[in-house]
Amino acid sequence: MAVAMTKTSQTFRPDNEDQLRDAVAWAVSEETSVEVLGHGSKRAIGNPFEAANRIDLSGLAGVTLYEPEELVLTARAGTALDEIEALLAENGQELQFEPMDYRPLLSGTDCGRGTIGAVLATNLSGPRRLKAGAARDHVLGIRAVTGRGEIIKSGGRVVKNVTGYDLSRGLSGSWGTLAIFSEVTFKVLPRAETETTLVVSGLNDADAAHVMAMAMGSSAEVASAAHLPESVRGRFIDGSLPAGPATVLRLEGVAQSVDYRAGNLTRMFEAHSPVSTLDADMSRALWREIRDVKPFCDGTERAVWRVSVAPGAGHQLVAGLRLRAGVDAYYDWQGGLLWLRMEADPEVDLVRKGIRALGGGHATLVRASDAMRREIPVFEPADPALAALSRRLKEQFDPQFIFNPGRLAADL
Amino acid sequence: MTTPKMPEPVGDVLKRRAEIVADLRDIVPGEGVVDTTNEMRAFETDGLTAYRQLPLVVVLPQTVREVSKVLKYCHGNGIRVVPRGSGTSLSGGALPLEDAVLLVMSRFNRVLDIDYGNRVAVVQPGVTNLGITNAVAERGFYYAPDPSSQIACSIGGNVAENAGGVHCLKYGLTTNNVLGIEMVLIDGEVIRLGGRHLDSPGYDILGLMTGSEGLLGVVTEVTVRILQKPETARAMLVGFPSSEAAGQCVADIIGAGIIPGGIEMMDRLAIRAAEDFVHAGYPLDVEALLIVELDGPEAEVDHLIGEVERIAGNNGATMSRVSQSEEERQTFWAGRKAAFPAVGRISPDYYCMDGTIPRRKLPQVLSGMRELSEKHGLTVANVFHAGDGNLHPLILYDANKPGELERAEEFGNDILRLCVEVGGVLTGEHGVGVEKRDLMPAMFNKQDLDQQIRVKCAFDSQHLLNPGKMFPELHRCAEMGRMHISRGQMPFPDIPRF
Repeated sequence: MAVAMTKTSQTFRPDNEDQLRDAVAWAVSEETSVEVLGHGSKRAIGNPFEAANRIDLSGLAGVTLYEPEELVLTARAGTALDEIEALLAENGQELQFEPMDYRPLLSGTDCGRGTIGAVLATNLSGPRRLKAGAARDHVLGIRAVTGRGEIIKSGGRVVKNVTGYDLSRGLSGSWGTLAIFSEVTFKVLPRAETETTLVVSGLNDADAAHVMAMAMGSSAEVASAAHLPESVRGRFIDGSLPAGPATVLRLEGVAQSVDYRAGNLTRMFEAHSPVSTLDADMSRALWREIRDVKPFCDGTERAVWRVSVAPGAGHQLVAGLRLRAGVDAYYDWQGGLLWLRMEADPEVDLVRKGIRALGGGHATLVRASDAMRREIPVFEPADPALAALSRRLKEQFDPQFIFNPGRLAADL
Repeated sequence: MTTPKMPEPVGDVLKRRAEIVADLRDIVPGEGVVDTTNEMRAFETDGLTAYRQLPLVVVLPQTVREVSKVLKYCHGNGIRVVPRGSGTSLSGGALPLEDAVLLVMSRFNRVLDIDYGNRVAVVQPGVTNLGITNAVAERGFYYAPDPSSQIACSIGGNVAENAGGVHCLKYGLTTNNVLGIEMVLIDGEVIRLGGRHLDSPGYDILGLMTGSEGLLGVVTEVTVRILQKPETARAMLVGFPSSEAAGQCVADIIGAGIIPGGIEMMDRLAIRAAEDFVHAGYPLDVEALLIVELDGPEAEVDHLIGEVERIAGNNGATMSRVSQSEEERQTFWAGRKAAFPAVGRISPDYYCMDGTIPRRKLPQVLSGMRELSEKHGLTVANVFHAGDGNLHPLILYDANKPGELERAEEFGNDILRLCVEVGGVLTGEHGVGVEKRDLMPAMFNKQDLDQQIRVKCAFDSQHLLNPGKMFPELHRCAEMGRMHISRGQMPFPDIPRF
């Protein structure tokens, strides 16, 4: 269905779910499109699109249920993530998937860090992704308004629940193109008593991939594993990592356990490479910077790719790219998450063909100029059969194509 | 049991049976098509043995191409299909239909690849849950979700049901441990989702598929995360004079920031039945027993055991024992794992429920269950995944006594309604299937259910895949798509704006 490409005409700021539903029902009856917005911290991500109206969810805010002993928190979708994390921290808890903050990378410093609804709508995660999962792995239930102007719920407030289709997960990562969350419920978990990071220095990318695989495959319960090549190493924690490429392994838990596991890992690697450790504060700072892509927060619009591949394939992709393009890179998720900053052209074909040749994965052009994002599909295009299924799903949730039209893909 | 009403056979499928069987033989040669009543008996029921139905015909394909062709054929000819893995569903998810092809995936039984570097295993859907762990055990790895049927249940079925187990609080459900699948849609299209990498661009169709009970597609390959076994695991038995005290102990353990590998609770009747059956060394003079398993590095486990003992003492525990060897740990678990058959020994029949509740509602739900027990005149034994709130009440009855079976079903339905009332859900891990289908409106209103059916319509607009499961009614997709709002009908809403 065609959408009128007009300048934004109305911004709704609902205070409650019924108002949200009314705003959507109005848009449905007028056959007019809406941009779905929280704080706008990720507004620069996705294919550029135009919508006639805007629904701003930041007024639909407030934690409605928090029971620390039950490990559960429910909040209205527009609740600030910062507020939720502060509340959890007061009780020694956290969102274990440590949602990243895109603002520094996208130079969006004049807005809030984001809302809890958007955390799920964009399926955020962080360096603990391998061990602890992403937002999708911690959601327990949702309430939402569909593009039919109807309020729906799915899931609940308990961990074990297989009653009906898992729409909570099905709507995660849909970037506001299927339904608008009004309320979300997450599992929350205790924060680790302490943490440390082992730094294995001097490894090239391929050796680092091997070391990370050994560490993650050991019983040392490594929470995060990243590799910071020499070109980026100095840009982390004020240059205080030891000289040479740094392969970093995070250990969390009770103190005696962390010490014990750090000892085991040190013995595993010290014969080959220098191993040092970071204290808890330095460790936290480092992983926050790895999470938020510190080395590429340069205030420019130079293209930045976020690539997900099999952990063992990451360094091969980078090696192939380096032969043919200017690229600065580092690795999280044991090598499976690549952050690539392209020095000139975004090299979309090299990146996406390279991923396919290595067995699959996906690349998102998380930062690029508007013009570039009009030319290159920001999200990895799906194969025809999957694209058709996705389109059918879209039609079942948003038959008039009014939510964030085109943001995720031309026909979604 | 009183089998719920299943969808009426469609068109002339029953009359065309011989022709359909012949056509299927063209697609799946040899032993892959089973059509004699005698041979089909083996497939007439699943883990919910009270319901039985012979299928139209049984097909056991061996390749993705065959699965695709069978589905395409059925789609083109308006024939229903019921997918089946090992047939261990406790909710009747694989119950055949008179006019449906039963598509059995058991010949997809190969481990395709083990990739220790990326910590994944790629397997065919008929490989058993425990089969994956066995395939990677030589290097100390395992697959975390462990439903109690793990020796028999298939990973494809685990995906369909989003199977759980006793370690879910710490290690997640199937949905958190599956990285990718290959699946075939009802029209024969083959789709790959995810893989050895994490997350997917576009919609989380993998998330939707997991737990979709065979209504959306047929899984033909699964990529799962494998984990290194914890360095140590030790189990504790802790006895309490009341379920309330045991429940408070669980809350306090978690409140103290400890996430055990597993915490199980059993009530007096379940303890006694299990002890009589396997002699696990359970105390018989307590009202509630906790099995708490702590895993990780030895230093950590020792420290946490001390913490749990302290917390248990504060909650009036009357006994506490820590496993001193791997053998003893296994013995502690043996009683719990055998709880269902153990209860089966003390009663001619039992009916296993599967609600989940917020943990702190346990005392309320237990006392509610006692009242219901009196009302229905039937006894109930309780085993409880206390860490994640998943309750398995076992209702004891005798099917040979007139009316008892119906009373057991009513009792079970009352229990599940109670679970929903206190903020819980109908099913934690067994699935909706046929069994809880008609209770769905207790949890979801019409709009919720209609939207779920619309998801179904995106995958299978003719309701050919596993109809009669999960949803109380089938609605034609064309009707579901209608919108009742038309232009200008909705007045400009009175909402804060700027």
